Amino acid sequence: MMQYKGWEGFVPGKWCNDEVDVRDFIQRNYTPYEGDAAFLAPATEATKKLWEIVCDLSKKEREAGGVLNADTKIISTLTSHGAGYLDKDLEKIVGLQTDEPFKRSLQPFGGIRISESALQIYGYELDDSVREIFSKYRKTHNEGVFDAYTPEMRAARSAHILTGLPDGYGRGRIVGDYRRVALYGVDYLIRKKEEDKLAMSGDMTPDKVRDREEVSEQIKALKALKEMAASYGCDISQPATTAQEAIQALYFGYLGAVKDQNGAAMSIGRNSTFLDIYIERDLAKGLITESQAQEFIDHFIMKLRIVKFMRTKEYNELFSGDPTWVTEVIGGMGVDGRSLVTKSSFRILHTLDNLGPAPEPNLTVLWSKRLPLAFKRYCAEISIRTSSIQYESDDLMRPEMGDDYCIACCISCMRVGKDMQFFGARANLAKCLLYAINGGKDELMKDKKTGKPMQVSPEFMPITSNDALDFEEVKAKFDNMMTWLAELYVNTLNVIHYMHDKYCYESLEMALHDTKVRRFFATGIAGLSCAADSLSAIKYAKVYPIRNEDGIVVDFRIEGEFPKYGNNDDRADELAVWLLKTFMKKVKSHYTYRESVPTTSILTITSNVVYGKKTGNTPDGRRGGTPLAPGANPMHGRDSNGALASLESVAKLPYEYSRDGISNTFSITPNSLGKED
Amino acid sequence: MTGRIHSFESFGTVDGPGIRFVVFLQGCPLRCQYCHNPDTWGHGGEEHTAEDVAARALRYRNYFGDKGGVTVTGGEPLLQTEFVIELFTILKSKGIHTCVDTSGITFRADDPESVKKHEALLEVTDLFLLDIKHIDEEACKKLTGHSNRNTLVFAEFLSERGKKMWIRQVLVPGLTDSEASLRRTRVFLDKLNTVEKVEVLPYHTLGVVKYEKLGMEYPLKGVEAPTKESVQEAKRILRGEEGDV
Repeated sequence: MMQYKGWEGFVPGKWCNDEVDVRDFIQRNYTPYEGDAAFLAPATEATKKLWEIVCDLSKKEREAGGVLNADTKIISTLTSHGAGYLDKDLEKIVGLQTDEPFKRSLQPFGGIRISESALQIYGYELDDSVREIFSKYRKTHNEGVFDAYTPEMRAARSAHILTGLPDGYGRGRIVGDYRRVALYGVDYLIRKKEEDKLAMSGDMTPDKVRDREEVSEQIKALKALKEMAASYGCDISQPATTAQEAIQALYFGYLGAVKDQNGAAMSIGRNSTFLDIYIERDLAKGLITESQAQEFIDHFIMKLRIVKFMRTKEYNELFSGDPTWVTEVIGGMGVDGRSLVTKSSFRILHTLDNLGPAPEPNLTVLWSKRLPLAFKRYCAEISIRTSSIQYESDDLMRPEMGDDYCIACCISCMRVGKDMQFFGARANLAKCLLYAINGGKDELMKDKKTGKPMQVSPEFMPITSNDALDFEEVKAKFDNMMTWLAELYVNTLNVIHYMHDKYCYESLEMALHDTKVRRFFATGIAGLSCAADSLSAIKYAKVYPIRNEDGIVVDFRIEGEFPKYGNNDDRADELAVWLLKTFMKKVKSHYTYRESVPTTSILTITSNVVYGKKTGNTPDGRRGGTPLAPGANPMHGRDSNGALASLESVAKLPYEYSRDGISNTFSITPNSLGKED
Repeated sequence: MTGRIHSFESFGTVDGPGIRFVVFLQGCPLRCQYCHNPDTWGHGGEEHTAEDVAARALRYRNYFGDKGGVTVTGGEPLLQTEFVIELFTILKSKGIHTCVDTSGITFRADDPESVKKHEALLEVTDLFLLDIKHIDEEACKKLTGHSNRNTLVFAEFLSERGKKMWIRQVLVPGLTDSEASLRRTRVFLDKLNTVEKVEVLPYHTLGVVKYEKLGMEYPLKGVEAPTKESVQEAKRILRGEEGDV
């Protein structure tokens, strides 16, 4: 006899032996599926009607200029709003961020000015009392950061050599293990957290005091989550007993997170195979039909599609739209060699047919050579039809992360409920190279007081000769400048994350993590290919500096040809590898907040455009203001040996130095993939 | 020895089976009006040794799978037959599938030297993509500046020696798409024993930009790409799928 009704019929194991271990539960209970998509059910009438409501609201939202309704007074918490519905009678999975669909919530803990300006852009006025509270009585994350920033950090930030820093918005990238809410029920999770807190005894160092306070916050958040669910008439204190309850409980966990946090990426984890266990149990008992199973999944996904945040125009520019990055990973292989593809992996992709294509949730297939063929075929079919699936290499990540990791945002992998990360935006290496040439004076920015070029780093020795740039000299100066930049970058992030923990702590998301969590210190690089090509130009061609009246090198004259990153040419590619390894080694040499593990990513997918705007002419011939390449991509149009050569160049970047992910944006017309007959 | 190379494509998916490393050789005696690579006609190109080209290709062998390999095209690759033989000899020694995309124009059936050279080529070539520009000799001359005789004889030569080939026909509205000539082509193909596949390549206007860049007059101004239906129809005729009519 199982301890809880919700666990009956499951294979017991470590997971139910006074532990929290969702992976163990999955491994003992899931049913791999090797078959095809023939079993899938179409959208039900209720699904169609609900989706019409969503489409209608989306249309109205567009017509209203991007925001349909926004809260200006009630500060969003788990329990700030009463229940909200699309159509209560039709919804199988319920819960909205506020009491009305498409009404954006007010989330000022990241920064009150940002909340205020986001509202203003769309014609809303922040309530006076809220403004007063958050400027007089309650400090925000943003205010905390600027209290601690050094003048140098501020300068680097305004010159955009450090860009996109989460100092005025929620850092996001933290993925709670929302499955725990379904599998264990909230009371069990509270009990485990109370045990953890009790064990934090001994000398009350500042760290231990903080830990105790945080776990207390986590417990409060779990209690609030129960209350939130109760407002929808749901009791999530005990383990879910049916598939519908499991999906609902899991979604409530996620809903609590998005009510609590307006993070840059609010990903949801790895849920379909977990949920499949519940669906299989109900199907076997004859409690539900396939059509009902699909309906639950459709309604769940529909809710994820309408997650919305109030964001500023600059933010939307940086990310080319208003992404929420509700990334859900699907498939992958288990470390025991069984595939983790289940029927629900199909069901979740099938929502793209039942509800139509959509960018959110960001459905991400963990690809392995060994995935079942029928599933691969189905993925390909859906991709062709909807262009809405992201793929990532499970074979690359599994050896490092095991078989229960998820993706935060687009490529950051973390073990669900066991890892979290401090998101760190990026350092712009293309601009750093220009600083090396100009001794740390910005090529675009002027000092407001003197009207002279702004000195951002300490005064390093610039290149003074007007001869062709000497590669060894530039490389040595660049190395020094990266030493400076890496230290400044790490310290800036240390400030940011200290303050985020202090003033905008993700109590619910962290309640759904192990208390002893591994933290990643997730730095990032922008402008890799531009910097690599620039070094290649200096090394293999002749690059002459062109100066302005202040003596600043603002342009370059290139004589001769040079190899370019993206053509599988080691001469250029090894410069990109050198850049990555050099910068990462420097990052690793510094103290990182809360013993976090330093990682880096090369993944700008849209923000490369904005970063390019703030970067002057570069020695590779790129014009100032034009975009840098996204992620680890070669510079636009410079890869002239076809797709594989381009991909091979990217593949030379060592993953162990860029553990937070390497992205390469690649589009290809169907015709280029071969002929149909 | 060295070959004159126009460019490389690491992800070729339309010139032969599977994923292929494609080597574009520089130089071509034909002046096909619809040519979309006029930049490969003249002299020039970059000199590369056969060893170098083979080494470049072999970097992608993991992608070739069971079907893929290396294709030489151009230009007219058989203007540099010795180079191709040397390159393919290296590739065959590594077990790589080899393919030549040619018009067969350089073949001289009455010249023993030419025959010998092409026989040596056949030794190291797994598949020929043979481009029949036009079945009618006069029309072919107008279209390409050369007679089609060598091409057709080369097709027979390949057939006699049991060498696999894919026949390719570029379909240009008004120039190569008449039903009568397509049928004549089919009659010719019926005489061959080793045709594995017939490909119809719809004419497209992507080459126009290159003509502008080269400061050349575009010969097929105003000619549109063929419709899907006419491509289907041409395929049906050329593949002999219309039964007895």
